[in-house]
Amino acid sequence: MPTAQAPPAARAPKPHQRIDRVAIRFAGDSGDGMQLTGTKFTESTALAGNDLSTLPDFPAEIRAPAGTLAGVSGFQIHFSSTDVRTPADQPDVLVAMNPAALKANLGDVRPGGMVIINSDAFSDKSLERAGYQDDPLPDARERFRLVEIPLTRLTFEALADLNLSQREGARSKNFFALGLMYWLYGRPLESTLRWIASRFSGEIAEANRRVLMAGIHFGETSELFPVSFEVPPAKIEPGLYRNITGNTALAWGAVAASVQMERPLFVGAYPITPASDVLHELAKHRHFGIRTFQAEDEIAAAAAAIGAAFAGQLALTVTSGPGFLLKQEALNLAVMTELPIVAVDVQRAGPSTGMPTKTEQADLLMTIHGRSSDSPVPVLAPATPGECFSVMIEAFRIAVKYMTPVVVLSDGYLANSAEPWKIPALETLPRTPVVYHSEREDFSPYRRVPDTLARPWAIPGTPGLEHRIGGIEKQDVSGNVSYLPANHQRMTDLRHEKVERIAAEFPPLEPRGAGSGRLLVVGWGGTHGAIATAVDEARAAGREVAHLHLRQLNPLPRDLGAVLARFERVLVPELNAGQLVRILRDRYLVPAQSYSKVQGQPFHVSELRAAIDRALEA
Amino acid sequence: MAEPVAGAPAALTRKDFESDQEVRWCPGCGDYSVLANIQRVLPEFGIPRENFVFVSGIGCSSRFPYYMNTYGFHTIHGRAPAFATGIKLARPELSVWVVTGDGDGLSIGGNHLLHAIRRNVDLQIMLFNNRIYGLTKGQFSPTSRLGMKNKSIPMGVIDHPVDPIGFALGAGATFVARVIDVDAVGLQEVLRRAYAHRGTAFIEILQNCPVFNDGEWQALEDRRTRADAGLPLEHGKPLVFGAKGRRRGIRIEHGVPHVVELADDADPVAAGVTVHDERVERPAYAFSLASLTPPDFPTPTGVLRAVERPSYDRLLEEQVATARQQRGPGDLRALLHSGDTWTVE
Repeated sequence: MPTAQAPPAARAPKPHQRIDRVAIRFAGDSGDGMQLTGTKFTESTALAGNDLSTLPDFPAEIRAPAGTLAGVSGFQIHFSSTDVRTPADQPDVLVAMNPAALKANLGDVRPGGMVIINSDAFSDKSLERAGYQDDPLPDARERFRLVEIPLTRLTFEALADLNLSQREGARSKNFFALGLMYWLYGRPLESTLRWIASRFSGEIAEANRRVLMAGIHFGETSELFPVSFEVPPAKIEPGLYRNITGNTALAWGAVAASVQMERPLFVGAYPITPASDVLHELAKHRHFGIRTFQAEDEIAAAAAAIGAAFAGQLALTVTSGPGFLLKQEALNLAVMTELPIVAVDVQRAGPSTGMPTKTEQADLLMTIHGRSSDSPVPVLAPATPGECFSVMIEAFRIAVKYMTPVVVLSDGYLANSAEPWKIPALETLPRTPVVYHSEREDFSPYRRVPDTLARPWAIPGTPGLEHRIGGIEKQDVSGNVSYLPANHQRMTDLRHEKVERIAAEFPPLEPRGAGSGRLLVVGWGGTHGAIATAVDEARAAGREVAHLHLRQLNPLPRDLGAVLARFERVLVPELNAGQLVRILRDRYLVPAQSYSKVQGQPFHVSELRAAIDRALEA
Repeated sequence: MAEPVAGAPAALTRKDFESDQEVRWCPGCGDYSVLANIQRVLPEFGIPRENFVFVSGIGCSSRFPYYMNTYGFHTIHGRAPAFATGIKLARPELSVWVVTGDGDGLSIGGNHLLHAIRRNVDLQIMLFNNRIYGLTKGQFSPTSRLGMKNKSIPMGVIDHPVDPIGFALGAGATFVARVIDVDAVGLQEVLRRAYAHRGTAFIEILQNCPVFNDGEWQALEDRRTRADAGLPLEHGKPLVFGAKGRRRGIRIEHGVPHVVELADDADPVAAGVTVHDERVERPAYAFSLASLTPPDFPTPTGVLRAVERPSYDRLLEEQVATARQQRGPGDLRALLHSGDTWTVE
C-alpha cells in the first residue's frame, strides 16, 4: 500500500472497455456521506472531461433513524463522452451501503445493471429494519450483476495500524466506495487527495486517504472486476470549465451583478430548504461589500431588502415556496413603490411544508397572481444550473432599468444538481453601472422615463430630492397620496404597461428542432434537460416535434403567440398540476395539452418520450 | 445617531422639515404635538435634511412620514423596523427613524420590533401608544386595559395587555424612554437623547386618541393631577414625585418598589429614596421602574435606561472592513475561477 509518495493514477493493469455513457447512483444512510461521495465523484468526472448531470436526492431529516428507508440519501451522476442533459432515468450502477438503500433504489436500476453492496451491512437485523421479510440478495443476484463486498471489514483492515476508534474508522467507508468507482471508471484522483489534505487533518486525513486508495487497489486486484471502463472526454465547446450547481450559480450571478453594476449587494434571507445554500455562499463574500442579513423571518428578509433598495443598494431576497408566500405582501409594496429588488424562489414540492428537499415547479401561478389586487411583476426562470448565473445578472438589470421587483423561479432540482459550466470571460458579461437620479429640476418621484416607464431612483442622502413613498396609491407623477378613481385606473395601467414593455428586449424565440409542424413541446425552468433529450430522441425516431423553452414567464415573449400558431399541437410538460398550460390557453386560446408530474422528482426522458408519442397520436 | 456629514448645511429651521402635504389627523390628536416637536428638534442636529429617513408601518401614527420634508417610507403593517433595518444596514450614515403604534408595533409587528431592538440597530423607534386601534375605528389594541369596552369586545377586554417598556427591556433595549405627547419639553429632551444614542433608542409616547379612547393619559397630562400621577426621571436624582404637601419618593429594594412619604423639606436620599441611574448594566432596575403603574405608583417618564452596546450596523460594517483587509476587495474573476477548473481544448 503506498503511503506518502505521489499517488498512482487510478488506472488498472486489467483490460478496459470503452463505453459512451454511464449513470451511477450512490445510496446509503444519511450519515454515510453519500452526498459528499457523489460530489467528489462529480468533481473528478468533470476533470476527466466528460459532460455530466447530477441529481442529489436526500431526506429532509438531518438524521432519520439509522438503517430505515426514511433515512436513505442518494446521489446520481450521469456522465458521457457526448452531450448529457439529465441525470438519466435509470442508473446503470447502484452502490448501496445498506439494505435500506438497496430497498429504496433497486427498483430504479436498469435491468441487468451492476449493484454493488456493502455485504457487511446485510445482517438479519438491518434487513428487518429496512422492512425486508426475506433476504433480497438471491433475487438481486438473478436480475442484476450483484457485487458483494465486505466494505466495512476492508475499511477497518486498511486502518488497522491507525489509532482510530471503531466509529471514526467506520466513517471512512464511503471513501472505499469512492475509490472503487474511481478505479472502475478511470477517474483522476489528484483533486480528491488535495481536498482530503485540506479538509481533514492528522489521522482522519490519513484514514480517508488510505481507505480511498484501498478502494482503488481492491478494484485492481479483486477478481470481482474483470475489466474497468473508459468513458472518453466529451466534445464540448472549448474553454475553461468548472462544475456548478444552480444554487452556487444564483449566488455568483448576484455577486457578478453587483460587480458589473458597481453597487453593493444587500441580501435579506431566512434559512429555508432548498434555498439556504444561496445565503451560505453569499455570506462568504463580505469582501465584495456584500451585506447578508439573516432576518427574523421571511417577511423581514424581504422588507429589509426593500429598505436597502430604497436606500440605493442592489437588493436580493432568496427563499423557497412557503417563504415566498410570506414575502408576497412585501413584494406588493415593492410593486406599488416601484423599487428594484430581486426575489428568488427555489421551488420545492408542496403545498404547505410539503416535501422540502424534493423538486417541483408549482409556484408559477402564485408568483404571477399571488398578491392582492393587480400586481404585475416580471418573472424569469433559468433552464439549467449554469443559467442560474446569467439569469441573476439579467434580473438585476431589468429591476434597475425598469424600477420593478423581479422574481426568479429556480427549483430544487436546479438548486442541487451540477453540470460543467464554461466560465464566462468578464468582458462578455453585461456592464450596466447604476446611476441614481440627482437632477432637482422637475423632480417628481413618479415622473417616468418615457420609453421604459421607470420612475427615478432617487435615494436618501440626495439633496433636494426629499420625498415620501409608500403603499397607498400614488398620484401620477407627483407620487402624492391619491384616491381619485381615474388616477387609480391610470396607475394600474402604467404598472401593467411598464412590465409588458420589458418584452421588447427579449430575443426572438427559436424552437429547437423545427420552426413549425405537428407538435411543439413547451417547457420552462429546470425541466429543460429532460425535455430537450426527449425531443431529440423523438426527432431521431422520425417524430415531427420541436421544443420551445420559456425563460421569461412574465411578460411573455411577444412572438410566442405566433410561434404557437405555427404548430398543430402544443404539449406542456410541467412538474405541477398544469400551470403554464393554463396561462398559454388563457392568453393565446390554444388547445395546449398538459403533461403533469408531481412526485418530487424530475421528469424521466422515457416518460416524456411516451407523452410526445401520445400527443402525436391523439 | 448618524455620523456627521462633511459640509453641514446652513442652519435649518422647523419650517424646513414641514412637507407640503395637508396633515390629516383628527382635531385634538396627540400626533400633532409629536410632529411639531420633532420638526423643532431636528434642525438642532446639524445634519442635512436629506440624510433623515422616516419609516412607518400602518395606522394613524404611520402617516407621519408624509408630513416630514425628509425622505420617508410608509411601509406595511408591523414591518417598519425591518424596512428601517435594511435602510440603516445599506446606508449607516443616514439617520433612520421609525414611527409605529401600539397595534402596528406590538401586535402584528411584535416580532420585528423585538429583533430590531435586540440587534441594537442604530434607529430611533417612536411607539405612539394610545391603547386603541384608531385607523380601523376603535377596536382594542395589545396595550388596551383589561375590562375596557369597545367595538370588538363589548363585554370588556380579556387580553392581558403588554407593557411596551417591559417588552423593550425584555428584548435587551439599550435605550428606553417614555414621554407624554403634550409635554413639549420632556419630548424634545428625550428626542435629543435618542438621537445621540448609538443603537436602538426606544421611545414610548403616551398619546391621546380623542375619538376612540379620549383621556387615557389624562392624569399625566392634566396640570392638577400630573405631579402626583407622574414620576419625571433624571439621571443621578432621587425618584421623587407628588405635589406640594404630598411629596413622596420611590425606594426600590431587591427589585421591589415602595412608596416613601416625604416631608417637603426632607432629604429624599437620607430617607432611603432610590437615586435614578439610567446606566445600570443589568436590566432589573429598569424593569422595577417599568413595574411602577397606577393606581399604586406614579408613571415614570423620561429616560429609564441608557447603556452602551455596539450597534448591529456598526458590527456589520466592521465585518465588511475586516474581510476587505484580509482578502482585499472582491475579485469576480478569482471567484469564478476558484476551486477545480479544467480546460477543454
